[in-house]
Amino acid sequence: MIVSKRAPLPGWIQLLVPVGAVLATLLLSAIPILIAGGDLWLSYASLFKGALGTRYNFLETCVKAAPLTFTGLAVAFAFRAKFWNIGAEGQLLAGAIAAAWVGIYAPPLPKVIVLFLVCAAGFLAGGAWATIPALLKTKYRVDDVVTTLLLNYVMWHLMGYLLFGPLQMPGSSWPRSPAVAEIARFPVLLIRSRFHLGILLALVAVLVVWFVNSKTVFGYQSRAVGVNPRAAAFGGINVNAVIMKTALLSGGLAGLAGVGEVVAIHFHLLMDISPGFGYSGIVIAMLGRLHPVGTALSAFFFSVIIVGAQSMSRLTGVPTYIAEVIQGMALIVMLIALLLTEYRVKAVRD
Amino acid sequence: MSRPDTPRTHLEERTPVVEMRSIRKTFLDVVANRDVDFTLYKGEICALLGENGAGKTTLMNILFGYYAADSGEIRIGGEKVSLSSPRDAITRRIGMVHQHFTLVPSQTVLENTVVGSCGGFFLDMGKARRKLLELQRRFGLHVDPDAPVWTLPIGGQQKVEILKALYRDAHILILDEPTAVLAPLETMELFGTLRALAAEGCSVVFISHKLYEVMEIADRVVVLSKGSVAAERETRDTDERELANLMVGRELAVQRHSGSQRRGDPTLEIRSLSVRNDKELEAVKELSLAIRSGEILGMAGVSGNGQRELAEALFGLRVPDGGDVLLGGKPLPPGKPKTAVDRKMARIPEDRMTTGLLLELTVEENLVLENHASFRSFGMLDHAAIGRHADRLIGEFGITTDGRRAVARTLSGGNLQKIILARELSASPRAVVAAQPTRGLDVGAIEYVHKRILEARESGAAILLISEDLDEIFLLADRIAVMYEGRIMGIAERDEASREQVGLWMSGVNEPCA
Repeated sequence: MIVSKRAPLPGWIQLLVPVGAVLATLLLSAIPILIAGGDLWLSYASLFKGALGTRYNFLETCVKAAPLTFTGLAVAFAFRAKFWNIGAEGQLLAGAIAAAWVGIYAPPLPKVIVLFLVCAAGFLAGGAWATIPALLKTKYRVDDVVTTLLLNYVMWHLMGYLLFGPLQMPGSSWPRSPAVAEIARFPVLLIRSRFHLGILLALVAVLVVWFVNSKTVFGYQSRAVGVNPRAAAFGGINVNAVIMKTALLSGGLAGLAGVGEVVAIHFHLLMDISPGFGYSGIVIAMLGRLHPVGTALSAFFFSVIIVGAQSMSRLTGVPTYIAEVIQGMALIVMLIALLLTEYRVKAVRD
Repeated sequence: MSRPDTPRTHLEERTPVVEMRSIRKTFLDVVANRDVDFTLYKGEICALLGENGAGKTTLMNILFGYYAADSGEIRIGGEKVSLSSPRDAITRRIGMVHQHFTLVPSQTVLENTVVGSCGGFFLDMGKARRKLLELQRRFGLHVDPDAPVWTLPIGGQQKVEILKALYRDAHILILDEPTAVLAPLETMELFGTLRALAAEGCSVVFISHKLYEVMEIADRVVVLSKGSVAAERETRDTDERELANLMVGRELAVQRHSGSQRRGDPTLEIRSLSVRNDKELEAVKELSLAIRSGEILGMAGVSGNGQRELAEALFGLRVPDGGDVLLGGKPLPPGKPKTAVDRKMARIPEDRMTTGLLLELTVEENLVLENHASFRSFGMLDHAAIGRHADRLIGEFGITTDGRRAVARTLSGGNLQKIILARELSASPRAVVAAQPTRGLDVGAIEYVHKRILEARESGAAILLISEDLDEIFLLADRIAVMYEGRIMGIAERDEASREQVGLWMSGVNEPCA
């Protein structure tokens, strides 16, 4: 087999790659569905109907897409600057803890201000948690993949300590915080649904990340550091400062994912506040080619799979963890697709 | 260097050992070899001469089995062969020494020599050592077999590469620009080895673009130009001027530019600067220099004598151990590239791909690498102004590109260097530090770089030109300094400096020429 570098493909093909990857993933999903004994037609129909078929289902899919968008953006923004943030999960938890804390002890202020405080606390907590690996990377050249990943477990256990200790609901033996005050909860924007303010915030975040990336001085510097830190330093860019700021913003975005889960969905801090949104964010960002809009679209696709898998499971008996299998396949398919856009693979016989 | 009049009797037989016929190789849209015919005879030293990108290395990589030709036929010793990997070539007794060595730095010379050539399970090191020493004796390739390779100078490492090929019984030896990294004395030694090889009936392919070396060492020259064979000559029937014309298709410009007419005050001063390299060894040792405005100081020297570290310290990429750099009389803070830029130091780094450019970004983004902050309005970048800036520089510096939005990676080496020149020289610099500014460029691009450097001198910049290319130094510099083991070995006005003297300094000999 000969692998050789390809000439850059035209832009429209580059755009089609994720679409093709999604279709290929859906096709390949037929294999595990068949193995699980599901009827193919019924499975796909129930998957899409369950996710998009009714107003309520569609809005539920949007609800699920919000944290995925935040974590996807967090990862995409960091990866663009080659800060390998695998720690969106931990940063999400940090944001959730901070939001719960502010939400439970919400000061008697106008709702707008309280919501701002909740978001700010979540953003800063997630951001601060991400600056630890960034600091280790810039000061001591410690590998960021390892530190960001491992800090996820540290934060999870820290949350465990809080939920069995200072943040535990009085009188409860479960690891569960008191409920956040009504004033600190995201308002629901559409009646007979859970479509909340956080979904709008996620869309705003998409715009903000796009804007920062392509329009600002910091975005330029961050891209420069991402493609070639040595040349960036040569050009007078303070590479360490860029990495720190990138980490802060990336962690902050992940923290906002945690904020929404606490003050719009669960209203309590729970040990299983996140079913791995932070890890899904990595796949979502890759599928979205690290572009903010692409990331939002791929977050929505993943949300369709996750929400749809539940009704598919009810109707066909295929277990809901098919959603995770499909996510995994999406990542592998996307990585292969990216490989094929950059390299030509030719089979040769000896 | 004069050409020794050695009789070349072994040429008489003319038995072909390699015949390559109608070799064609394309990379994407670029034709690297266009129906090339190449024959190598027994016991000869054949030079492959050509500009960068003429297809020399590609042709030899095909012979060594690295690339498969798109079409064409290869015969070795008269037998038609298909080489699908270097392993095939090695079994046909072909050896190749690349520009970038493929040695294991932590292993000894002996270990590096035997690696990959020991069939069977057990390794008879005693026997291997005897064979290695015998080869060293026969071909004058003296290196300590037990020295770890990383402790050897570049010339020593090259000897190991040659020994490795010979150890595998190579009869055809391909050397890709072997002298690019050598000091004059090391080059002499290498030539001695090559002559000994030819005398024993080995055939040598010597890839080069240095004319005087080709004239000195080769029996025959094959000139490649734009992927095709432009000419074939016996060296005794040709001269440097003809070869240069065949290679570039036109007469070269005058050999020396006139010196600077108006040299001013010292503008770039280096005061007892000490810098460590990546291995924490002292690479620059209390070096002092003063370069006046309107002057080019040519810094010659074999690579690895501290030039890289000196340049990086001046660029602000490396923090020196001690000493000062003064620009216009005021010290530059160490390790601050931004200050160097702000104080109008133009910097041309030696690794344009890895240090000078953001290859994945666009031409316009590369052009504002150093001054993007000046296109800021309210924290946002003024893309329209950046575009106008780029269009102006693309026109002014004749950068060939699909437009300012083209990704830098798609540009040729010469045009990439033009991006750097445009970025660095367009802001009327007070000082210019240019490290190997023409390395790897073709003749046309080299001339362009020289022209721009001379223009910067005319407009009064103090210029430090670090180059391994002596021709370039003699062509451009007003004064010539030679760096050897981190120190200035010697310094002289160009018109008082002889090539021999500079060559001696480069080899660490510090005595005046007789």
